[in-house]
Amino acid sequence: MLTLLFDGIAYGMLLFVLSLGLAVTMGLMNFINLAHGAFAMAGGYVLVVLMQRAGWPFLACLPAAFIVCALIGALLERTLYRPMYGKPHLDQVLFSIGLTFMAVAAVDYVMGSSQVNVQTPEWLRGRFEFGSGALTLGMGAYRLFIVAICVALALGLQAILSGTRFGSRLRAAVDDPRVAAGLGIPVNRVFLLTFAFGSGLAGLGGALGVDILGLDPSFPFKFMVYFLIVCAVGGTSSITGPLVAALVLGIADVFGKYYVPKLGGFIVYVLMIAILLWRPQGLFSREGGK
Amino acid sequence: MIRRRNIVALSAVALATGAAFAQSDTVKIGVILPLTGQQASTGRQIDAAIKLWVAQNGKKAGGKTVEVIVKDDGSIPDATRRLAQELVVNDKVVALAGFGITPSAMAVAPIATQSKTPMVVMAAATSAITEASPYVVRTSFTLPQAAVALAEWSNKNNIKKVVSLVADYGPGFDAEKYFTDRVTLNGGQVLDKLRTPLRAPDFAPVLQKVRDAKPDALFVFLPSGQGAAFMKQFAERGLDKAGIRLIATGDVTDDDQLNDMGDVALGVVNSHHYSAAHPGPVNKKFVDAFQAANKFRPNFMAMGGYDGMRVIYKALDASKGAGGDALLAGMKGQIFESPRGPVYIDAQTRDIVHDMYIRKVERKDGQLWNIEFDAVKAMKDPGKAK
Repeated sequence: MLTLLFDGIAYGMLLFVLSLGLAVTMGLMNFINLAHGAFAMAGGYVLVVLMQRAGWPFLACLPAAFIVCALIGALLERTLYRPMYGKPHLDQVLFSIGLTFMAVAAVDYVMGSSQVNVQTPEWLRGRFEFGSGALTLGMGAYRLFIVAICVALALGLQAILSGTRFGSRLRAAVDDPRVAAGLGIPVNRVFLLTFAFGSGLAGLGGALGVDILGLDPSFPFKFMVYFLIVCAVGGTSSITGPLVAALVLGIADVFGKYYVPKLGGFIVYVLMIAILLWRPQGLFSREGGK
Repeated sequence: MIRRRNIVALSAVALATGAAFAQSDTVKIGVILPLTGQQASTGRQIDAAIKLWVAQNGKKAGGKTVEVIVKDDGSIPDATRRLAQELVVNDKVVALAGFGITPSAMAVAPIATQSKTPMVVMAAATSAITEASPYVVRTSFTLPQAAVALAEWSNKNNIKKVVSLVADYGPGFDAEKYFTDRVTLNGGQVLDKLRTPLRAPDFAPVLQKVRDAKPDALFVFLPSGQGAAFMKQFAERGLDKAGIRLIATGDVTDDDQLNDMGDVALGVVNSHHYSAAHPGPVNKKFVDAFQAANKFRPNFMAMGGYDGMRVIYKALDASKGAGGDALLAGMKGQIFESPRGPVYIDAQTRDIVHDMYIRKVERKDGQLWNIEFDAVKAMKDPGKAK
């Protein structure tokens, strides 16, 4: 029981890091970036290339994945994404899904289409067991590591968004870019940083996920649905929403596959439908929000 | 539907007339493989094996020059079907070959029947494929062969309670059915039959379920590619320490990727028809030549492609370069020494009869290999024995 709960939390946390960047761009910048999964995939491949070809240690690869993806994100934001901000949502969706197809084909060409594997370091392969019987709690070291990183990220981000000057500038820029610009807030730079940060988070999530989710060029399409569900269910106006949504989905997925394997992956969708019927705005959206 | 019929009918006519007046010096073989997409490694292996066969045996068969045309279907059955039509109608191939996945082979079977073109299945492994058309000949293997061989072995090795875990698609059902049926027949007990989505992102829930069921062994079939991730999670969850043995079909410990899987694969018992480490001079020559030409090791897919070319070449010799029924007759009943061991193409079922080996993953000379230690000799496809 507890073991399952823990697995669900770890899976949910991973989904959270992967989806967070999307929630940030969608909720804060009002831009629908379906190419988000492509950044996650890029992060995964950065990890694989650095670890296997360059022999970097695992812990050094994680920040590297974040930085590389953030840089790619910044570059693309400056060149491709910025002109799209003012466009209708349909244009944005078409643009970013096209970008995803290009990324998938490019990675397929460069890296090959088969699943890639990484060897996690020895100290992350262990397992802790407590208790006995129905209350046994077994925790894989790697999953514990993921949970720890994700909790730290969630707390840190919440603090930045609500407590710092940058956070308030960002929120101001989103609410009304014109007034914010008039007040001397560098709106473009705020958006650039935010987008880069979101892409970096996706890269980090992708890198963390290689060991559990696997990685091949079709990754962005496999997980796009999950990202979107997290954002739809959680609402995109805060960090808490996607966090709770990701956790609920992760736990429901694991429990569903354990207790009703016939339904398997379908549980997630049932849950999404139920929650959206109950709260069409998402779990934690502001009343009457956009 | 009517249009499609017409095309196929046309193709049959075109082929017949083509054969009648164009007794040219070239025969063409149309090979359709997944060279891009998820199954690309299958296509890459078979393509390399075909090139190796041609390099070793020349371009002459049955007194004609053989031309091999390779097309990429990306594992999309609609594309396979379209390419097969083009090959039959435009290129007038005498034989079709390749077929990475079962749906691709199934999609082409009607074309083979109507145009009387023999099709050699080099990869797809669902039992029923050879029944889809009287022109299908298989040189890969069938999943029931692997599953039943492993069930027999586990029965003899004190494995009484098993749980099966298969990928949720056609070949997975085959593997599950034949393995669990044979285990039950031998007096064993199947505690649970689990299926995991083909695109399973995380094996945590099913593995926990297996752990709580406490079987003697877990039987696994997953398409090659997912094996590494699975074995890692198997060990991480402590199933090995809980005394649960991992037994699998050879797809899970695919030679193509085995070396990258790391120590978690060590000791996994599995059943398959070909290991690159198969002892004997024929295989050594094959593996050495293959590795000299490519940067990777041949796997069971390459083996199917290599033997498939052999079957086509010898059949062309027998039919003096003619296609259609004469070529098919030349394929049926071939007996030969393949790198995998003795092979026989059953004239009744057109399916392959070969030894199914029980292997264990071991480290040898710094690399991981499937080392054979037991075998079921001359095994027919259990799926046909009704």
